[in-house]
Amino acid sequence: MTFEKFVFYLFAAILVFAATMVITRRNPVHSALFLVLAFFSSAGIWLLAEAEFLAIVLILVYVGAVMVLFLFVVMMLDIDLATLRAGFIKYMPVGLLVALVMAIEMFMVVGPSNFGLDKVPAPAAQGPSYNNTEELGNVLYTVYMYPFEIAAVILLVGIIAAIGLTMRKRPETKFQDPSVQVKVKKADRLRVVKMDAED
Amino acid sequence: MDSLIALWEWLGTNLIVLQILIKIVVIVAPLMLCVAYFTYAERKLIGYMQVRIGPNRVGPKGWLQPIADAVKLMFKEIVIPTKANKTLFLIAPLLTLGPALAAWAVFPFSDGLVLADLNAGLLYILALTSVGVYGVIIAGWASNSKYAFLGAMRSAAQIVAYEIAMGFALVGVLVAAGSLNLGEIVRAQQSDAGIFGWFWLPLFPLFLIYFISGVAETNRAPFDVAEGESEIVAGFHVEYSGMPFAVFFLGEYANMILISALTALLFMGGWLSPLPASWVDGVFLLGDGIHWLFLKTAFAGFFFLWFRATFPRYRYDQIMRLGWKVFIPITIVWILVVGLMVVYKFAWFS
Amino acid sequence: MKMLSDYIKSLAMLELLKGLRVTGSYMFKKKFTVQYPEEKAPISPRFRGLHALRRYENGEERCIACKLCEATCPAAAITIEVSPPLPDGSRRTSRYDIDLFKCIFCGYCQEACPVDAIVETPIYEYHFENRTDAVMTKEKLLEHGDKHEPALAACIQADGKYR
Repeated sequence: MTFEKFVFYLFAAILVFAATMVITRRNPVHSALFLVLAFFSSAGIWLLAEAEFLAIVLILVYVGAVMVLFLFVVMMLDIDLATLRAGFIKYMPVGLLVALVMAIEMFMVVGPSNFGLDKVPAPAAQGPSYNNTEELGNVLYTVYMYPFEIAAVILLVGIIAAIGLTMRKRPETKFQDPSVQVKVKKADRLRVVKMDAED
Repeated sequence: MDSLIALWEWLGTNLIVLQILIKIVVIVAPLMLCVAYFTYAERKLIGYMQVRIGPNRVGPKGWLQPIADAVKLMFKEIVIPTKANKTLFLIAPLLTLGPALAAWAVFPFSDGLVLADLNAGLLYILALTSVGVYGVIIAGWASNSKYAFLGAMRSAAQIVAYEIAMGFALVGVLVAAGSLNLGEIVRAQQSDAGIFGWFWLPLFPLFLIYFISGVAETNRAPFDVAEGESEIVAGFHVEYSGMPFAVFFLGEYANMILISALTALLFMGGWLSPLPASWVDGVFLLGDGIHWLFLKTAFAGFFFLWFRATFPRYRYDQIMRLGWKVFIPITIVWILVVGLMVVYKFAWFS
Repeated sequence: MKMLSDYIKSLAMLELLKGLRVTGSYMFKKKFTVQYPEEKAPISPRFRGLHALRRYENGEERCIACKLCEATCPAAAITIEVSPPLPDGSRRTSRYDIDLFKCIFCGYCQEACPVDAIVETPIYEYHFENRTDAVMTKEKLLEHGDKHEPALAACIQADGKYR
């Protein structure tokens, strides 16, 4: 076994372990943290596949931002595990059925019949000067220009919609406006008066 | 000497893991020493600014103070609160220190003097600094204490907010340099104008925003609401004592040094000499060299301490306003300006 | 227009720079620190430190057990018991305790004393290793008086012209 193979199996084992823990741990915070571990190990596998840009962006976006917000929410929740677990047996047959169908579908799409070195040849290894980021940028802004821009617009719509849905004007609540507060200057509020002492 | 070089080359071909380990030690050991003496410098400088003289008892002029502190913390009891999550409680400090040290892997100290010459070095650093927040969140949650938890929540929201402004500032740098490789970014600042050729001038707003966001990222005054003494005791590390606390402490200061060094690298020309290259090329100590990087890092680090000695703590909603409503719009506008400057080959980018 | 100039001013962070200038200039000022065990801050001749009972030059105790100090003490730190009259008819204390945990070092006892017996010395470096040691008994107070008489005399001398 070469060193690379060893590293691959190491990361793969950690990934599978972490993914299992995500769905089996009772404590949602532990699950979220195992998901972070899963992201890290998949980033490691991508690094092995010489996709360093994608690996780093996975960590930057998912670990650095998405999961932080996730944890943020999960930690604030007061989850009553007893009500969550109620009816587990009742729903189990349906759940198993859905899981089985999904597993078969996934097997059909990404199973061994569609993969393997004879179906998809291994890409030629590139030299150390090969710049992954630059190549990706070139492809994104030429060949996939329109899909890329459309994805960006969809994201923008998502942002605006989320803000529009959650923004409520509540005139009855009192709140401070920090931008108004920091604009205050001494001259606006304080007048130094000089006057003669009275007899 | 020749036999040493031969041994080193033999290591490179036969035992590359050992060679890399030696390189890591060569970077991390002096860094840890710098961290220790940065705390001393902080106490001394803030003392001077408050018309005191600071620590001066341990060793000559107090030079051994950091060593004494380290020894004290090592021998203190490690208190783990009841019902705290022990594993996470002890992992959290390592999660703060780890990324702060790992980021140095792609850091070029001088031309070609770098552990891993990564093409996506800037992204790597951005990714690692964003991972550093986990230490804070996990510490706050695992402590089973409301003060620690409040501190962690504040800190998480603050770091995520300033991460964006910081990222945009870095986008400006990479547009200007045309590369994500840190070495390339420094080389792009090389010109015959010396100090005026560096990126701090064309990217001045981004330079300021990057540095201020860096102060906010590291939870330093005036953005230290995460450990606001007057409200939440010590924030996320209230429950920590002994060695875990020391690791948090090391992590915080290592992060400060990292931000200072990155500021020096990205905006202040890294190892480049501030004098025009044609004047000083090859002149002893005046030419380009690692000592310039150290000087610039120390200069930026001085500002961290100066800020702490000067500014009162920001109120939380003002911090959020500054991050989202002031910094992010300014960075977006300036990225556009930088883009135009690069496209039309304005002064610095011709 | 004014809004624009305010905006530019706030972006230029002029006020923050002013603050930085202040702390920066203080960095080079002369430091006030007194390095305590080696250097000591000067104290007034009226300094109120550790208590002492004084004697006359012939060695006789000054205290006549009038209990004025006990009466005036705002913290009720002084406890006095009077001994039966001596053969020569003079009044003496059999017990004179000052609880230093109660004492607030206000100096009323020495103001009240008609014979300048109880005084507060300029000594401020002392400690106890047991809680009971904080109660100054008559023996200890007299011992302090004997020991620190020169310092006391110097203080009285320095302060005398204002009395």
